Amino acid sequence: MEAQNSITINGNEFLFEPGDTILEVARRNDIDIPTLCYLKGAAPRGRCGVCIVEVEGQDKLPASCSTLAANQMIVLTESPKVIDSRRKTIQKMLSSGNHNCAARGSDNRDWTAFQLNVQQDDKSDQLCPVWGDCRLQDLAYRYQISATGMPGTIVEYPMEDVNPFIVRDFSRCIMCGRCVAACREIQVNDAIDFGQNKLSNKIIAFDNKTLKDSDCVFCGECVQACPVGALVEKDVRYRVRQWETRKVRTTCTYCGVGCQLYLHVKDNKIVKVTGVEGVAPNYGSLCVKGRFGYNFVDSPERLTTPLIKENGEFREASWDEALDLVAERLKGIKEEYGSDSMGVLTSARVSNEENYIANKFTRATLKTNNIDHCARL
Amino acid sequence: MAGLAAAFGSGAMTNTIEDIGVADVILVTGSNTTENHPVLSSVVKRAVRFKGAKLIVVDPRRIKLTGFTNLWLRPNLGADVAWINGLMNVIINEDLYDKKFVENRTEGFEELKKAVEKFTPEKVEEITGIPARDIIEAARLYGKAKAGSILYCMGITQHTTGTDNVKSLANLSMLCGNLGIPGGGVNPLRGQNNVQGACDMGGLPNVFTGYQPVTDFDARKRMEEAWGVTDLPDKPGLTVTKMIPKAHDGELKALYIIGENPLVSDPDLNHAEKSIKNLDFLVVQDLFLTETAQIADVVFPSRCFAEKDGTFSNTERRVQRIRKAVEPPGEARDDWAIICDLSSRMGFPMPYENSQAIMEEISRVTPSYAGITYDRIEHVGLHWPCPSIDHPGTPILHGEQFTRGKGLFHGIDYIPPDERVDQDYPVYLTTGRVIYQYHTGTMTRKSEGLNECAPECFIEISPQDAKKYNLDNNSLVNIESRRGQIKAKLMISGVAVEGTVFIPFHFAEAAANRLTNAALDPVCGIPEYKVCAVKLSKAA
Ligand code: SF4
Ligand code: SF4
Ligand code: SF4
Repeated sequence: MEAQNSITINGNEFLFEPGDTILEVARRNDIDIPTLCYLKGAAPRGRCGVCIVEVEGQDKLPASCSTLAANQMIVLTESPKVIDSRRKTIQKMLSSGNHNCAARGSDNRDWTAFQLNVQQDDKSDQLCPVWGDCRLQDLAYRYQISATGMPGTIVEYPMEDVNPFIVRDFSRCIMCGRCVAACREIQVNDAIDFGQNKLSNKIIAFDNKTLKDSDCVFCGECVQACPVGALVEKDVRYRVRQWETRKVRTTCTYCGVGCQLYLHVKDNKIVKVTGVEGVAPNYGSLCVKGRFGYNFVDSPERLTTPLIKENGEFREASWDEALDLVAERLKGIKEEYGSDSMGVLTSARVSNEENYIANKFTRATLKTNNIDHCARL
Repeated sequence: MAGLAAAFGSGAMTNTIEDIGVADVILVTGSNTTENHPVLSSVVKRAVRFKGAKLIVVDPRRIKLTGFTNLWLRPNLGADVAWINGLMNVIINEDLYDKKFVENRTEGFEELKKAVEKFTPEKVEEITGIPARDIIEAARLYGKAKAGSILYCMGITQHTTGTDNVKSLANLSMLCGNLGIPGGGVNPLRGQNNVQGACDMGGLPNVFTGYQPVTDFDARKRMEEAWGVTDLPDKPGLTVTKMIPKAHDGELKALYIIGENPLVSDPDLNHAEKSIKNLDFLVVQDLFLTETAQIADVVFPSRCFAEKDGTFSNTERRVQRIRKAVEPPGEARDDWAIICDLSSRMGFPMPYENSQAIMEEISRVTPSYAGITYDRIEHVGLHWPCPSIDHPGTPILHGEQFTRGKGLFHGIDYIPPDERVDQDYPVYLTTGRVIYQYHTGTMTRKSEGLNECAPECFIEISPQDAKKYNLDNNSLVNIESRRGQIKAKLMISGVAVEGTVFIPFHFAEAAANRLTNAALDPVCGIPEYKVCAVKLSKAA
């Protein structure tokens, strides 16, 4: 018996809910249809042409992200026709702009001239800043594509790096529109959009202004969404390579939303922060503080030893000395003036465990209930 | 906090962040959400833009969210009780309230009805400056919603009438049966990362962990047993806002401050500074030599969130892990380890192997955290109350019944703000935050990029007022209240409302809190940051 809502993908039959796209059904069943412009949580655009599939009885190859699954539909995700089309799409993207990773190909003469150009644009003699961390490069490997011999294109728009956080490198933009969707549909900041008319090959902030002078609030959602090296954190660009870092998942230390984030660490230093996708409460989103506010951690102004004040000046002290001093003074004050002459201000900044210990110390050791924190402030 | 606890029996956000996305109507008041809780504000914006939710913004300033609604009510500062009563007046008169809910789940309705009777839309217009027709429209919108969510923040609580304001919002939500349902609720947004946790963990003068009162004999006995001590004090302690005057009077001799910087955040800073300097002994434990640490007798270096293991509880009561990513600088230690070590030296050893061992003890002594373990929250955090190890957590509070049984209406009258403008001080000042800075700036001001975007203090003023007082954009201006004065640059902006200026409070060198009023809400001791009277003049 034929099930009511059943679709066949690569020879296997799957059930689906009305309203599911082909891509959704495939992903749910671990069939890997590659995508570039598709962004979870935003309306599918069917723009980049990478997620196309072959549907029996149709000449055209529809985009799986924006085509609804239909009953008894028969779909092939890696047919020769599909692969051929995907390769052309990817090759075209690779050959436009400054994609100077190995995927560009290494026909020697061609490469040297190209690379020299890119180096000038980039002010760096290294390969692409996101080498090894790029969806386009991944696809080029997967489908064995190089842009060798393809005519390069002229870079029309200069790099924009006048803000402290984000470098916009239009030479590597493939116009997938993920950044626009991230900004308009996920964060709803409405700072950027596709350009019109003469600027139709550029993602622009309102009036073609720089991000700094636009409505951009530097949440960095667009950077996290960009599949290539067109949007990169300023502090990361040409300073940090993905393979040099390890990721530690934690919770943001700023506001009460408690966004889940990854700290990317290189040589005991946080070099980048990204949002954890697919989990509450933030599903990958962050704000400017969570994403870019980590420099305080290794600030040279951090305190490194206990300090004791003597004659109005601080001097460094050992833990033993400082702790003994505090213990003696508090014991003395407790004896002389009683427990309620002491108070503790714990913190809305430190962990639950630390607040618990502060609460226990105040009540059980100092024997007073004079404990509060500054949250009401 | 106190307001919600009085109405429902629990003071936390009733619903989750994600849940705001399924509301039909969202009422945001006293929260500049896009600046202070940016990722949460996206949930609101998406609901409005893509899911057809209706937004009501009640705020004196033209905050960004006003761009997402046609219904922006602009009340005079400190007039919150009046407009909320006005909404309820209309909702009751037009029979839009949820009678079944009121009957089955609440008490005190008659008192409420009497209290709001006189708050007709016309009367409310007089007090608040909000046009009567807008009051009616907002009342109908919220009153008819299937699920209406209320979000609020410091703009509601930082008033002498803060507790009343919150009780009023609770009244409004209960009146329309918006509690215990998806997309409903009364949701206080917590400013700092672990305000919720600090409260949950007994960082309050009147309760142990999980809000077990120190005055409760059984609670004390349980704690004494768990901690192996006797004679835990049974009298509630001092709030921070009472500690400061006691320090001033010489009754409080010693203060131990963990990771806070009251010398920038305290209301009426000049007074606070004198008071804290008057202590016999001050210990500060922090990341930096903050303004407060500078006047301490002993300073301990502590670790930041990236250097330690533990948990934070976010504004939606979700307990989430933090994990050590980098080594701390120098000899900096975990805050808990410092205190435990100190306690041992004072004769009461508190040995723990690690933060996980502490969490195990927390679960043992805290019913609402009983089911929370590091293993269970490895990937996704849990919402308390989570009373047992197989309990899935509680995303929405007050489902079947309120924590206190029935929800309690409070009839509340409008009381004008403590300090009003007069001839000498003709302009209202209100304080708040900007997106690029955080609290007293101890961390953000050390992040170059953030500082570059918002490097200095400013006075935000309406074009009308700038003209009236003959002040130029970007010029340096003196701003003076009865308590002190500061200088800052003037920023003329359409965000400001006529008659009121705004200053962010992150900047120590021009601390807005040198001007603000320390008059306190009588119940929860929150100072009136949001309203005080000032005068402006050109700086020489
Ligand atoms: S940083 Fe955020 S606001 Fe700015 S363009 Fe990117 S997504 Fe939009
Ligand atoms: S900047 Fe990145 S995300 Fe945006 S269109 Fe270009 S390639 Fe796509
Ligand atoms: S990333 Fe921004 S919104 Fe999220 S918790 Fe941090 S400060 Fe709050």
